[in-house]
Amino acid sequence: MTNPTGKVWQRIPARQEGPAPELSTEEIRAIDEERSHYENDAAAGLEALRIVQRARGWISDDSLRAISAYLGIAEAELEGLATYYQLLFRRPPGAEVLQLCRSSSCWILGCEQLQGWLEQELQVRPGETTADGIFTLLENPCLGACDRAPVMLLGEALHTNLTEEKLREVLAEKRRRHADQSAD
Amino acid sequence: MLTNPLTKNIGAEDVATDLQTYRDSDGYGGWLRALKMSPDELTQLVQKAGLRGRGGAGFNTGLKWSFVPTDRRAHPVRYLVCNADEMEPGTFKDRLLMERDPHLLLEGIAIAAHAIGAATAYIFIRGEYHLATQRLQRAIDEVTESGLIAGETTSLDQPLQIYLHCSSGNYICGEETALLNALEGKRAIPRAKPPYPQVSGLWGRPTVVNNVETLCNLPHLLLHGAEWYRKLGRGEDSGTKLFGASGKVNNPGLWELPMGTPFREVIEHHAGGLRDGLTLRGFLPGGGSTDFLGPQHLDLPMDYDTVRKAGSRLGTGTITVLDEATCPIGLVLNLSRFFARESCGWCTPCRDGLPWVVEILQRLENGEGTTNDIELLREHTARMGPGNTFCALAPGAAEPIQSALKLFEQDFIDHIQGGGCPFH
Repeated sequence: MTNPTGKVWQRIPARQEGPAPELSTEEIRAIDEERSHYENDAAAGLEALRIVQRARGWISDDSLRAISAYLGIAEAELEGLATYYQLLFRRPPGAEVLQLCRSSSCWILGCEQLQGWLEQELQVRPGETTADGIFTLLENPCLGACDRAPVMLLGEALHTNLTEEKLREVLAEKRRRHADQSAD
Repeated sequence: MLTNPLTKNIGAEDVATDLQTYRDSDGYGGWLRALKMSPDELTQLVQKAGLRGRGGAGFNTGLKWSFVPTDRRAHPVRYLVCNADEMEPGTFKDRLLMERDPHLLLEGIAIAAHAIGAATAYIFIRGEYHLATQRLQRAIDEVTESGLIAGETTSLDQPLQIYLHCSSGNYICGEETALLNALEGKRAIPRAKPPYPQVSGLWGRPTVVNNVETLCNLPHLLLHGAEWYRKLGRGEDSGTKLFGASGKVNNPGLWELPMGTPFREVIEHHAGGLRDGLTLRGFLPGGGSTDFLGPQHLDLPMDYDTVRKAGSRLGTGTITVLDEATCPIGLVLNLSRFFARESCGWCTPCRDGLPWVVEILQRLENGEGTTNDIELLREHTARMGPGNTFCALAPGAAEPIQSALKLFEQDFIDHIQGGGCPFH
């Protein structure tokens, strides 16, 4: 279901009861490093969400509870952050997060047609993950590479001067890699 | 004399200048000179040089610093924040500076921190700028290890610490008070002003928020002086700036040019004019939240006040070119969708007005518009205008709409009378 701005509403899974799950040693080390940069621990909450997402791909209920217990920040506060910030995911994304730039410059140079092609090819709408679990399609407001429009971010890699042909190649390459991995 | 202080270390190869190379070409010389000055002298120098904020507002940087309380005992902790949350549609200038010459930014940060007496600086960078983040972190490690800015050096006699904060997204983080809330680990919602951040900012401490490009102007300003800096400009404003062009031009890109360079020079000469024999309909002078200008404005010099008098804003100075084959209403719809999505939801004209605007524009594109819609859009832009909201997001969103209604009124009428978008 989408609202008039095109944002996809997300269903948040029900909460689990029980003892707080734990953070990994690496996560704790990274969070402690970050909290030393700020005046108080509340500021580290947002950093902790990023750190945990980096390690686990998304922020589950368990992750929220673990951060809450470690930093002493209310779960509701963390939930408020996780649902507010666009780059924090409360549902698991696919193995490859594809952010297509929707900026004015990319629009002038045909990002809408590319998005149409992508949605057809992947059989998803923005905010959704492909049936094989490989790709999640997201719209990005502006990736700041307008001189090389149209552009997208695939994971951490910026792909520029996109065409349907280029998209086809990039997707095929990623699919090959995932097929090889599952064959191993 | 040096005429390209912002990009002199940036070559053809996509690499970041390392500390040694940077130092070999006067790097950190401006910082060493700043250290010999008192914070007051430094602030006055920057104010006199006429450096204006490159994030879009064009406020005098030295003047901004001067609002920080001078009583060190009453306000022992101060912060400098570098706004590297570049997300204005059509803007891609800070990315270049951070990816290619990170030490220029760090030196600028050190100078600004000295001016306001801050021992801690944060760089608030977009979560999507992975390469810039990586290169900046390496540069921070290099300079910290070198002891250049981490000795007895700041005006507080404490080592200067520079930390990177990677944003978790949202355009509103670029608004300086929303940015401070994000740094404090809260939802990025703007704060009511006053108090201004210079008096009560991060954790209630005096805080200055400066844009990446603004800070990058400081090292050479210090090295070569205010007189040199003023003379870099061709018109009213001082210094050089990164100007860019994107859209259907032959050679989209970014160029360091004197302030006061006419738009025509960027669009026709540097960007090589429009491609495929297209003609120019108009352009957004500096990002998605600036009013459209038309071909009649091409010879205007790109100075803050001149562009304002022409009815727009210089903004970020990265031009988005609108050609004759692209639907202006489609472009405004694209921008309005962006602003509607990015509204934080605090103020009614923004939260409720923007989705309405999107709906009206979509109606026009679908051929379901009525003449009343033009009046409705005008009403909305007035309600989203300055003074009705806590921050500049809605007034900024209104700018391309209100100017499109003026410059491209016939297109709106054609959409209504022709029963849809004639460009499809």
